[in-house]
Amino acid sequence: MRAPRAVGSIRQRLFYQLAGVAAILSLAFFLIVRVVAEQAAESTQDDILSASATAIADSLRSEDGGVMLDLPYSALSMLGTLSEDRVFYRVYTNDATLTGYDDLPLPNRTPRRGEPVFATFDFRGDEVRAVSVVRAVGSANALRNVIVTVAQTRLGLESTSRTITATATAVGAGFFLVATGLSLWAASAALAPIERLTSAVARRGPYDLRPVTAETPTELVPLVDALNSFMARLRASLSRTEDFIAEAAHRVRTPLATVRAQAEVTHRKLNKPEHRLAIREMIRAIDESSRSAGQMLDHAMVKFRTDTLAGDDLDMRALIAEVCDRLGATADLKDIDIRRELPDMPVPVSGDGILLQAALQNLLDNAIKYSPDDTEIVVRLEQGEELRVSITDAGRGFGDADLTRIKTRYTRGTNVGNIVGSGLGLTIAEEVARAHGGQLEIKSNQNGAGACVSLVLPRS
Amino acid sequence: MRFSRTAAQLIAALLTISPVVAYDIQERMLYPAEVETSVLRVISTADLDVFDPILLAFQAENPGVSIDYIVTETADLMQALYTDGASFDLAISSAMDLQTKLANDGFARTYTSPVTEALPDWARWRNQIFAFTQEPAVVVVSDAFFAGEQPPQSRDELIALLRESPERFRGRIGTYDVRRSGFGYMMATQDSRNSEAYWRLMEVMGWLDAQLYCCSGEMIRDVASGRLALAYNVLGSYAQSQLATTDGFRIVELDDYVNVMLRTVLIPQTAQNISDAQSMVDFLTNLAARPDLVAASELPAIAPETFQANTALRPIRFGPGLLVFLDQLKREAFLRNWEDSLVQN
Repeated sequence: MRAPRAVGSIRQRLFYQLAGVAAILSLAFFLIVRVVAEQAAESTQDDILSASATAIADSLRSEDGGVMLDLPYSALSMLGTLSEDRVFYRVYTNDATLTGYDDLPLPNRTPRRGEPVFATFDFRGDEVRAVSVVRAVGSANALRNVIVTVAQTRLGLESTSRTITATATAVGAGFFLVATGLSLWAASAALAPIERLTSAVARRGPYDLRPVTAETPTELVPLVDALNSFMARLRASLSRTEDFIAEAAHRVRTPLATVRAQAEVTHRKLNKPEHRLAIREMIRAIDESSRSAGQMLDHAMVKFRTDTLAGDDLDMRALIAEVCDRLGATADLKDIDIRRELPDMPVPVSGDGILLQAALQNLLDNAIKYSPDDTEIVVRLEQGEELRVSITDAGRGFGDADLTRIKTRYTRGTNVGNIVGSGLGLTIAEEVARAHGGQLEIKSNQNGAGACVSLVLPRS
Repeated sequence: MRFSRTAAQLIAALLTISPVVAYDIQERMLYPAEVETSVLRVISTADLDVFDPILLAFQAENPGVSIDYIVTETADLMQALYTDGASFDLAISSAMDLQTKLANDGFARTYTSPVTEALPDWARWRNQIFAFTQEPAVVVVSDAFFAGEQPPQSRDELIALLRESPERFRGRIGTYDVRRSGFGYMMATQDSRNSEAYWRLMEVMGWLDAQLYCCSGEMIRDVASGRLALAYNVLGSYAQSQLATTDGFRIVELDDYVNVMLRTVLIPQTAQNISDAQSMVDFLTNLAARPDLVAASELPAIAPETFQANTALRPIRFGPGLLVFLDQLKREAFLRNWEDSLVQN
């Protein structure tokens, strides 16, 4: 049987895809955290700058028609609480700088009351964040707008940003690792039903062609349906084959029996010795054909059944007894006594009853065929470490034939003489023994002439 | 050695004449190396006799470095670096506010080393300004005046004492003329934001016809001689060093709070000999490791444990807050207030 070509693993694909999704999510998480945190940090700086500028604006006052400012200590000191950033400020009114850094750029547009203007630009070698607020100072007829700008470098922000980036990186990487681990688990968990189904199918016996009814994930229902339908067809095909074999055996054997009976009758009627000889030759050929057909069918059946060996619970004692009964008549014709040495209790064996009977029948038939008239055949069943059915005859034995080669198909002993045979009997027994995990042992009879053939099976 | 230094002083004096400078140089001293590999030009507000042992010790460790040491007032140092763009390798000043402004406005170089990293957070700013001394502002009292009497221990006690017996103290209290002294101005502004008692004290002192001084030395001299009963906001390190040679006065650290000025060093942007300047920064900030120099210069090295021992001691904080009182309008307003309180005649 050719193994299916494996193209990739679902588990691997699932894992890679989940890990890929985790990587994308981790990256998204990292970016979002960075953006949000940096915005938060920036807005913190903006808030403090606004508070500072507002504090300065609040301390503006009008004095003698001019604008006075008593710069509050906290307005600048509060900017130094979070970081060691540089601070610049400028208070501007009437096209002149009232105090502060007169090179600090003014806002692009005049801020409105309650709406500070923020700007980011380079000043004195560093990037600064600047906020400008406006405040009207003076009496109603001499109102003057004063712009207060406070700027701060962003080193503290950068260091916050670095901390946030480091944290976001660590958390993102941790998230990715955990998600990857979970992906591995999820891929296995997702495939568990498939594995359960696989083992449910693999556990089945060779004859178990019943439909698969194990719990099936929805996605696999079509596959299992297809499998079930395939098994149904196989089941039908197998039963047709068995029917055919039985039918063929019947169809071939019955006419041959009729022809043989007719030949016997004719033989008795004929007087001329040369005619009688011819008819005897004919009967011999018919016997040979009948046996061969039977054995070939047996052999075909053995081949067929061993492919899918049944594991039925059987009683070896009963099987032997049945075979002995069946061949009892044949033995009687030659005045051969079949002595049964069987245990008193049933002997359990697991296997295919039809095959075991075929094997035993072929062995016993051989023994009868090669035994001289008026002798004894012993059928013995022994239970040691293994089950041993030995059939001992007083026939001519196997002579000097090669005992291993004799078991192969169409090979017969060298001393068969004129006895009809196809050479299939031992082959059938051998194949049945093998199919059941046992073997066929062929020895010469130790107590005199003849052969001892043993079917050795493992105990169930 | 003595001869070579005299010669050097002579050379230095000659050198002082030649360049035309807008800022005033009070003193100048050249410490030539025997085999000169580089020159370290230092502008400083610390007197030569205070810094001499430190410079010699530095030169002993770095024999190839000649040191050109220029002493100026704090304002002149500021003008030299901020306005004139003069090139110096190192700027040493007791004016924390001006040093902060230099750093804030981009006139200082950043430097980090294991030594500067070891400084407490309050003793450095932006890794550009490094403190190497801690000098409290103290009250100096006359032994004769307070004979058998406990001098006041807090500003409230001082105010109460002055109000109780105005005639004893009239004309016999001294403090800085903050219009003339950078140190006095910085201490006064820090006082003003630390405690409301400051302005009450100034009112009382003005009422009692307080004497105004330019320098700690003169205040100590007058307290020791008994001309003054007490002097407020005297540079403690200087008073401590005077105690060894002058009798007749005591040092009182008030227990409500004591402002502690930090003498700082920075490397200007215009520095040319940066590596020697960095060595000097390390040398100065690690001054505590050289008790001999602390003793010789009488400059108290940075010691965080003193602030744990006495919680009234408050180092003046670096940061943009120090820029506030440098604001021209703010300064004018403060001085106006100060004059209104103290100069009442």
